[in-house]
Amino acid sequence: MDHSYKILILDDDNDWLSLCRDLLANTLPSKPEILTANTARRALTILESGNIRLLICDLKMPRIDGLQMLAIVRKRFPELRTIALSGLEAEEYRSRAYALGVDLFWLKGEMQRNPRLFNECLESLLGRDTTAGFRGIQSKSLMDIIQMECLSRSSTVLRITHGPLTAKLWIQEGDLIDAEAEGARGEFAFQRLLAWKTGTFENLPPEPDRNRTIFKPINALLLESAQTLDENAPSAEPEQMESSSHRKTIWKLSQLTREGADFIVAVPTDGKMEPEGLGTQSISSLTHWTLRASEAAARLGEKLEAGPLLYFSGQNVERQVLLMTQSDRVFLIGWPNDASGNLVEKSRKLVASWDS
Amino acid sequence: MGFLKTFFSRLFGSSAGVRELPSGSVTVDQSGSIVTSTVSSTFPSVILRQVGQDVVTLFREARAAQIPMNQVSLQFGSLLITARELRGGAVIFLFPQTAVPQNLNEPRNESRNESRL
Repeated sequence: MDHSYKILILDDDNDWLSLCRDLLANTLPSKPEILTANTARRALTILESGNIRLLICDLKMPRIDGLQMLAIVRKRFPELRTIALSGLEAEEYRSRAYALGVDLFWLKGEMQRNPRLFNECLESLLGRDTTAGFRGIQSKSLMDIIQMECLSRSSTVLRITHGPLTAKLWIQEGDLIDAEAEGARGEFAFQRLLAWKTGTFENLPPEPDRNRTIFKPINALLLESAQTLDENAPSAEPEQMESSSHRKTIWKLSQLTREGADFIVAVPTDGKMEPEGLGTQSISSLTHWTLRASEAAARLGEKLEAGPLLYFSGQNVERQVLLMTQSDRVFLIGWPNDASGNLVEKSRKLVASWDS
Repeated sequence: MGFLKTFFSRLFGSSAGVRELPSGSVTVDQSGSIVTSTVSSTFPSVILRQVGQDVVTLFREARAAQIPMNQVSLQFGSLLITARELRGGAVIFLFPQTAVPQNLNEPRNESRNESRL
């Protein structure tokens, strides 16, 4: 069975295409199959027909330029890895390419000056590691990861990231000694952390001098946390459902108060679920405006080729509002004008902890 | 000039290029039509008009939703649009965003520290 990857190079300059083809075919250790296209239309046809792993795309091209092509590719082939290879040195193009989600932006001149470095980056994007060993943990829950660390009696600090939220777990010779999450510490922080459904983790060097706040064994803690999660999970019993929903509302209100926001409205974009709101009576009118504003912003972003909308803010003499999108919902958060700190970061935290 | 550009582009097809992000300011009236603009004339005016209309509509709809605004900002990955409401329309500022600071002539703290060492 042939395991070699396929790379597609798109450039309107045929000489450059043949140079790249020769260079990559002869120097890359994984010996990928190199395909070329000199128009975006031809490249799209190849992408549709073949199992292409990586697209190397020029930016300056006639008719459909590289940025337009990358925007199309991102929508139609989300798994495809992309490199923008360009002679345009202006920083603006680098930012725009990364905003469109390219994996790598490289200058043509730099590639010719240092082909080895370019090849190493390309090889790493192809996912071909020559070193032995296992890498990557997929579909493992946080409980599994913590148990793995504790069973192996390791000493480490696990930093867990869930959107803009960050938590830390201190593990010393297989014992969990401390936890920090969402402004809480100790066992409560650990319980909050286990409610996170997705995220990433990394191992930091151990901190043996860390003060111990957790004294229970890890298995007891995990059992307790699992029980708490079960109790909080939606249940068929109407009374329990009401109690769970009440607890969630109290938690959300406390988050809102802690950050100092006036109100928050969460609007599902698919229209299947009801919008939720806290701190405001005008949920219906705010929902309507939120959806209209988010549609207008998405339309403008696409027309201007300016990348995804990071946030939308508006202000008047009384307050500021921030609109941001998270998966299938749009959030509108109102802040008083005298609110201190980075409101964008604070809004991101509120949005990320909305469902936790 | 305009005629020659059209003639040659028809003859040889459009030339290679990347569309620049708009940079500058645009003043629009209450219907969203452009009154004045400092954005490069090479940028498609259709898209600029669309920006103007959307911004004016955003202000109008915000007022209807009981959250009147005098300024809105849309932060995209590579462009910041800031608009201020005026009595008869709006002024819109378009700033392309880059990852590095524009003013590279300013001495950075790191280099000052290095020279001290």
